Amino acid sequence: MTNAMELYQMLPKTNCKKCGKASCMAFAVVLMARELKPEDCPPLVEEPKYKENYEKISNIFKPSENATETGLIVHEDLCFGCGNCVVACPPNVANDPHGVGSGNAPTNPNKLVLTVQDGIVKAQNLGECRRFGKNKILCNGCIVTCPVEAIEFV
Amino acid sequence: MENNYHVCTGCALLCDDIEVGSEKNKINKVFTACRIGMAHMKEGKGEAIFRVDNKSVDEATAINEAVTILRNAKKPLIFGLGASTSETQKIAIKLAKKINATLDDNSSFCLGGVVETLIKNEMKTCTLDDVRNKADVIIYWGTDPSDSHPRLLSKYSYFPRGKEKQRGWEEERTAIAVDVRKSHTAKISGNYFFQIPPKGDEEFIDAVIAGLSGKLPKTSYNYPPKKLLELANILKGAKFGVIFVGCGLIYSLESLESLSRLMKVLNEKANIHLMAMVGNYNSMGFNENLFAETGYLNSVKFENGIVKHGPEYSIVESLKAKTVDAALIVDSDPFSILPRSIVKNLQEIPVVSIDPYETLTSRHSKVYINTAISGVEAGGTATRMDRVKVSFEPVIEANRPSDEAILKKIMEAL
Ligand code: SF4
Ligand code: SF4
Ligand code: SF4
Ligand code: SF4
Repeated sequence: MTNAMELYQMLPKTNCKKCGKASCMAFAVVLMARELKPEDCPPLVEEPKYKENYEKISNIFKPSENATETGLIVHEDLCFGCGNCVVACPPNVANDPHGVGSGNAPTNPNKLVLTVQDGIVKAQNLGECRRFGKNKILCNGCIVTCPVEAIEFV
Repeated sequence: MENNYHVCTGCALLCDDIEVGSEKNKINKVFTACRIGMAHMKEGKGEAIFRVDNKSVDEATAINEAVTILRNAKKPLIFGLGASTSETQKIAIKLAKKINATLDDNSSFCLGGVVETLIKNEMKTCTLDDVRNKADVIIYWGTDPSDSHPRLLSKYSYFPRGKEKQRGWEEERTAIAVDVRKSHTAKISGNYFFQIPPKGDEEFIDAVIAGLSGKLPKTSYNYPPKKLLELANILKGAKFGVIFVGCGLIYSLESLESLSRLMKVLNEKANIHLMAMVGNYNSMGFNENLFAETGYLNSVKFENGIVKHGPEYSIVESLKAKTVDAALIVDSDPFSILPRSIVKNLQEIPVVSIDPYETLTSRHSKVYINTAISGVEAGGTATRMDRVKVSFEPVIEANRPSDEAILKKIMEAL
């Protein structure tokens, strides 16, 4: 996963403050924390010379884009697809007790929060995640079952 | 997504619930398999490669050369086969008989001893499905399945709901790891990780046995007796326990005597099963097939219809003593797994390597025949680590021959 320094390297580094932050580094930090989005830096979006970097930065934030509502991030480089989190995730068990709930392939993929595809866990249907919505709770099923800390909430 | 499940031959779990997407006879999407399985399934694509002395040749030339090597050998060795189908293994056994070969696999320097007690029904064992349905206490001892058999915890042993285990892992199962280092599996076991010094297993076993009999458990490395008693108590209360035994435990024991003793004492008080963390997808199958044929699991030598057996016929000892003069290596990479000093002697004899993957061994071989990946490009049957038979069909069409077909041709030509 990227860190703020790497994000900074891809920013314009002009400290123009158009993003409302005091410096590009400060912007990189809030970007990393997902408080702001890449498009909140106007020069990055508008100036053609930053086009390539803009795309790169956008891509970094893309895989977890739909996860931002619950803040779930999968560190794809760490995950090795063991499926522990998939099988332990309470809504997964409730929605597919004989499939993923019993350790097997999903039989109800449209209702599952976590599945393994191409050897890496994919988060989707985040409306089902217990950390989402009015009655949200601080579920940590997918965190404590992961041997490599590949799932994180920000 | 239609439910057309395939079997993954990435490890001895032989996960049977893998779905794939493919285009132009190439797998481009793999569902539910772990990362090892995914890489394994996507590997299939290869065009056939035949090499003699590192030069490309056609199939007939490569087979001829292999036949010549085996025919000229007075004391050939056949090794590998843990990642081959049972059908291939049976041909290899026939071939070994025919050419009076020494025949061995990985198990001779890893889990062979434990597997033997299982095949001979000398230790209580069960199936992985039993573990899923019933197990309340699960011990991973000298093994890190999270790395070697990534789905063991999620598909069978710790996290899944089972018939008699509907309330989930937090309430109904206890996972325990005994290891010399904090492995990924140990991490999942949390407070039930018992870290012991290298070679400390034997004493640890004795201490657990002491604890089980209500004595104060002592070790020379001062393992906290309180923790040992806690472990003994959990084990005593197990209604359906299972110990997954890895090479880490076996390498550290002088003999299996202490493990048998532990199992005996445990089963006087509780209900504990044992399973071997066999690595290659059909290592168990090789041991079973050879056992059915000869009464031994590995390290045999055929001599005009008689079978000899003993450590001197293992790959390590026979190379050390230079008692073999040619080698046929099937689906294995001894150049990477054996110590340098042993490999040196393998380099001095002509080697025929049959393998879907380019390996160190294939590169050092006089003849290399690249074959279809079983489970991906070729079908067959195999025995899962819990001795359940699993059969599989090829997922995609192969552009290269199966190892079974190649061995048959070699056999006929001899
Ligand atoms: S708007 Fe962009 S260029 Fe300006 S300070 Fe913020 S991050 Fe830097
Ligand atoms: S937080 Fe809980 S509900 Fe949400 S994905 Fe993780 S385990 Fe599932
Ligand atoms: S996120 Fe962790 S627990 Fe989930 S599949 Fe990946 S490695 Fe396993
Ligand atoms: S655990 Fe083993 S058999 Fe299962 S998907 Fe992974 S490599 Fe394949």
